[in-house]
Amino acid sequence: MSDQATDRTVPQMITGRFQYDDAHTIERYQATDGYAALRTALQMHPEDVHAEIKEASLLGRGGAGFPAGVKWGFCPPGVWPRYFVVNGDESEPGTYKDRLLMERDPHQLIEGVLIGAYATGCAQAFLYVRGEMALAQERIAAALNEAYAAGLVGKDILGSSFSCDIVLHWGAGAYIVGEETALIESLEGNRGMPRLKPPYFPAAKGLYMQPTIVNNVETMANVPWIIRNGAEAYTAYGAESSRGTRMFAVSGHVKKPGVHEVEFGTTTFRDLIYGHCGGIRGNHTLKAFIPGGASAPWFYEEHLDLPLEAGAVGAAGSMLGSGAIVVMDDTTDAVKAAWRVVRFFARESCGKCTPCREGTSWLEKVLRRMLDGQGRPEDIALLLDLCDNISPSIAWPPKQTTICPLGPSAVSPIASAIMRFKPEFQAYCGGGDVPTSVTINGKAYLPPEGAPAGV
Amino acid sequence: MPRFTAENTILAKEIIARYPHPKSALIPLLHLAQEQDGHLAEDAMVHIAELIDHTPAEVIGTASFYEMFKREPVGDYLINVCTNIACMLMGGEELLHHLEDRLDIRPGSTTADGMFTLEDVECIAACTEAPCLTVNYRYFHKISTDEADQLLEDLRAGRRAHEIPKHGTLARVRQSIPADRRAGAAVPGECGQPVWMTPKDESEDAPA
Ligand SMILES: Cc1cc2nc3c(=O)[nH]c(=O)nc-3n(C[C@H](O)[C@H](O)[C@H](O)COP(=O)(O)O)c2cc1C
Ligand code: SF4
Ligand code: FES
Repeated sequence: MSDQATDRTVPQMITGRFQYDDAHTIERYQATDGYAALRTALQMHPEDVHAEIKEASLLGRGGAGFPAGVKWGFCPPGVWPRYFVVNGDESEPGTYKDRLLMERDPHQLIEGVLIGAYATGCAQAFLYVRGEMALAQERIAAALNEAYAAGLVGKDILGSSFSCDIVLHWGAGAYIVGEETALIESLEGNRGMPRLKPPYFPAAKGLYMQPTIVNNVETMANVPWIIRNGAEAYTAYGAESSRGTRMFAVSGHVKKPGVHEVEFGTTTFRDLIYGHCGGIRGNHTLKAFIPGGASAPWFYEEHLDLPLEAGAVGAAGSMLGSGAIVVMDDTTDAVKAAWRVVRFFARESCGKCTPCREGTSWLEKVLRRMLDGQGRPEDIALLLDLCDNISPSIAWPPKQTTICPLGPSAVSPIASAIMRFKPEFQAYCGGGDVPTSVTINGKAYLPPEGAPAGV
Repeated sequence: MPRFTAENTILAKEIIARYPHPKSALIPLLHLAQEQDGHLAEDAMVHIAELIDHTPAEVIGTASFYEMFKREPVGDYLINVCTNIACMLMGGEELLHHLEDRLDIRPGSTTADGMFTLEDVECIAACTEAPCLTVNYRYFHKISTDEADQLLEDLRAGRRAHEIPKHGTLARVRQSIPADRRAGAAVPGECGQPVWMTPKDESEDAPA
C-alpha cells in the first residue's frame, strides 16, 4: 500500500497498522501511538480540537464529501444533549474500506470518536455498524470492552471531566439506512426511511430531534492522526480541497483488485488502475469505470489522468463518492451492467417517494425486458423519460423530485451509459434507427453524441 | 413460540438501559430474539413490545423493513451470494447458479432437509475479493465453484461449526459496559451543557 505516484513517501495514516495481525488488540494499538491523540486532545480546549480538524479540512468519506470540521460547527449553541453517530453501514456497491477499518483497527475508530465527541460536546456516541458485518461487530465489541476496562471510554475518561459512553449498535440489512437521516430513524427503532432536509439536518434536528453529528467510519479514523501530527502535517498531503490520504477500493476487471490508501487529490485514476492494480486483465482494454460507487456517473479512457480530487472529478461530471472504483473491460455488456446497477436501486428504494419507488422499478423492468430479447424500438426514449421523471432534465449534479438522493442515484449513471453506448442499447431494441431522444419541457432532448457523464 | 428466556430478558433490559429511549433498543432486541430462536418468533416480538412499551404492530413494522430479520425459519446455514456489479463482472452470477444447481433450490428458498437457505444479495463490501459469499454472515472471499462445493461438503459434515455459528448469532463477543465505568444514557430533557464544554475564556486550564 505505498504511493507510487510521487517520490516522497506518503504515510499510511489510517491503514498503517494493517501490517500487524493483532492490530485490533489494545496492546498493539497502544504500542503504536494508540490513544496518544486522545491524551493530547484532553489537554486542549474542545474548541481548539475542533479548530484543528477544521484546519485539516478533513472531507467526509461517506459519499457527500462535506468538510467534517465545518459540519461540527453546525450544532445550535446551547441545545443539549448532543449525540455523535458513526456511520458504519457501508453498502454502496463497490465500496470496501469501512469494513476493513472496523475489523482491522477498531481502536483507531474508537479513539477518533472520543476526540470528536469531546470537541463537539456530545454526551453519548453510537457506532452504527452494518448488520451483516459480524466480524466487525465482534472486533469493535472486544475493543470497546478493552477500552472501558482501561478507563478510556465511559465516565471520567483518563481521569478528566470528559464522560461519554460509546454504544455499539448493529443494523439489520437495508442499504438506505446508510443515508444519515434514515440511519437516525433506524437508531430510534423505526423503519429506516429518510427524513426531509431541511428541516431535519442531523446537526440541528437529529437523534430524538437533538443536535447530532453523523460521520463516516473512515472520516473518524483520520482524526487521531490529525491530532497527533497536527493539521499542518495533514494538509501537506493532497491538493485543493482534498487533503491527507484516502482509501480506494479498485474492483472488477483489473489484474490485481485491491484496497489502497493513497495521497488524496494528487493520485490519478491511472495511477490506481494501471499502477497499483496492474492494469486491465488479460489482453483486454478499458471500456468504462465507475469512479465513486454505483451512484456515480461512469468515466472512460479520457478521464484516466484526472486526479482523485473532489472538485476536479465533480467538474468532469461525476463524483468520488465512497471511494469505490469499479473497472469494466471490453467484454462487459453495458446494458447488463446498467441493469445490475438499476436493479440494486430498485431493490433498495425505501418506497417513501413515488418517483423513486415506481421509477427505479420501471427502469429495472424495461432493461430486463431488453436483456430478455423483448426490447422495443421506443424503449430507449422510455428509459430517458423515466429518468427525467425521477431526476428532472437528467443534470449533474442531479435535481431531485425525491426526499433523498437514492432515486436520482439510479438515473445519472444509467443515462450516461445509454448515451455513451447507444448502439449497444439500440441493438437490444431491434437495432438501427430507433428513437433515442425524448421531449423534456416541451423540447426534444438528445444528449450530445458520446456525452461522457451527467448528460 | 418462545418469549425471551430469563437470561435473555436480563440482557434485554441491560441493552434497553444503554439508550436514551427504550425504542432505540428495538433492532438489537430483534437480533437477540433471532439469535435465541434462529428466526423471529411471534411471541418473542410480543415480549419485545412489552419490554420497550410499544405495540406488537410497531415491532413487526420495524422488523419487516430489514432483510436480515426472518419471520419464518431459515436453514441452519444462510448462504448469501453477492451478484452486484463488481461481483457480476467477476462471476458472481455463475457462482449463484452453481449453488442453485448443487442445492437444487432457487434463491430465497431452503433445502428440504432444512440445512441451507440460498439468497442472491446486494454488495457485501468485499468487492475487491469477488466473487464472494457469506455463510451466516462469515465471509468467503474469491471463491471458485470447486471451493464452494467443498464448503457445502464441510458444512454438511459439521466441519465448520467452530467458525460459523448457527443462524441468528452474529457477534460472539458482546459489548458489556461495567457499572462503575458507565457514563449513562444522555436523556433529552435531563442533560445540560457537558462539564468539559465550559466556554474558553472561563477555563484557565484544560479540563484534564
Ligand atoms: C442513499 C445513501 C446511502 C448512503 N450510504 C452511506 C454509507 O453506507 N456510509 C456512509 O458513511 N455514508 C453513507 N451515505 C452518506 C450519509 O448520508 C452521510 O452523508 C455521511 O454518513 C456523513 O459522513 P461524512 O461526512 O463523514 O462522510 C449515504 C447517503 C445516501 C444518500
Ligand atoms: S428517494 Fe427513494 S430511498 Fe430516498 S426517501 Fe425517496 S423513496 Fe426512499
Ligand atoms: S459488489 Fe459484490 S461485494 Fe461489493
